[in-house]
Amino acid sequence: MPSTTQTLRPGDRFTDIELADYGRTLPDTMGSQTIVRESDAELIALLRDGDEGAFARLIDAYSAPLLRLALAFVQSQSIAEEVVQETWMAVVTGIGRFEGRASVKTWLFKILTNIAKTRAQRERRTIPFSEFEVDKGDEPAVDPDRFLPASHPQWPHHWATPPQPWSMGPEGTALDRETMAVVRRALEDLPRAQQVVVALRDVHGWPAADVCAALDISEANQRVLLHRGRSRVRAVLERYFNDTATLCNAESISDTKQAGQ
Amino acid sequence: MTDDITTDLACKELVEIITDYLEGTLPERDRARFDAHILTCPPCREYVAEMNATLRLTGRLTVESISPGARDDLLRAFRRMKASSTEL
Repeated sequence: MPSTTQTLRPGDRFTDIELADYGRTLPDTMGSQTIVRESDAELIALLRDGDEGAFARLIDAYSAPLLRLALAFVQSQSIAEEVVQETWMAVVTGIGRFEGRASVKTWLFKILTNIAKTRAQRERRTIPFSEFEVDKGDEPAVDPDRFLPASHPQWPHHWATPPQPWSMGPEGTALDRETMAVVRRALEDLPRAQQVVVALRDVHGWPAADVCAALDISEANQRVLLHRGRSRVRAVLERYFNDTATLCNAESISDTKQAGQ
Repeated sequence: MTDDITTDLACKELVEIITDYLEGTLPERDRARFDAHILTCPPCREYVAEMNATLRLTGRLTVESISPGARDDLLRAFRRMKASSTEL
């Protein structure tokens, strides 16, 4: 993508401009948008005609997010895989009964959710649904100790320990691969409800409305889970980049000392 | 200093409403406060940039899909289904 000169225009969101700081490229459109180009009606017609290519595209577009969604209900990866497989088998046998009142996507969510819930009950290892209910308890995005106290005469609740710039390696470098491993780990370490929401939104690129529909949660709950999850991932990355910077500084200091000897 | 609405957003509050801001669900008044705040607060500008970097990095994670074997099984099932429906 060619880089464009960023100028601030009235009404621009500041973040759009700020993105340039980290050389942001727009994430590749994930899943359905790139693979399934037909409208729902065309897709259903093709599937009913037995068009194997259309079915393959559907599987390729949705298996990964469906797998993630299944993990919201069952505990293990292998059971989630079985749930997705069962979902696709239900699609194969049920395509004739699809009435087209809902979108194909919504239809898929519904089949998967039903299968996953039944399966979770059988395993008695269901994720308590309350996990998706957001408690009122505080989960600050940033350690409160990093802000000045409310009693500060000039800057109450402003940064005492401000965030430091991250030095990221260019894509494809060893440093970048290490960073990506940290991101993956941070996502996997999130509480389950936050993990599912962040993954569907930010990894699979689903719109908020789809996540709410699939998990049957309110928009407000979805946003809180997204906020807490993203904030935790940022905090993990911050620690990682700060540690890397400290390490690099320590190394360059010791290099200087050795050179001086 | 005037009691301007744009002056009273604290950094501690900004880090909690950033998702609403990015989601476009922040009320207009709060959005104006947010925009005004980051214009004058470099640490918060850094914070916003880091949050955007976090989203970009998360968006680059590769996704796990079903195994090629499982995919083949499904395509085979689909072919069988077609064959049996055309026989009828």
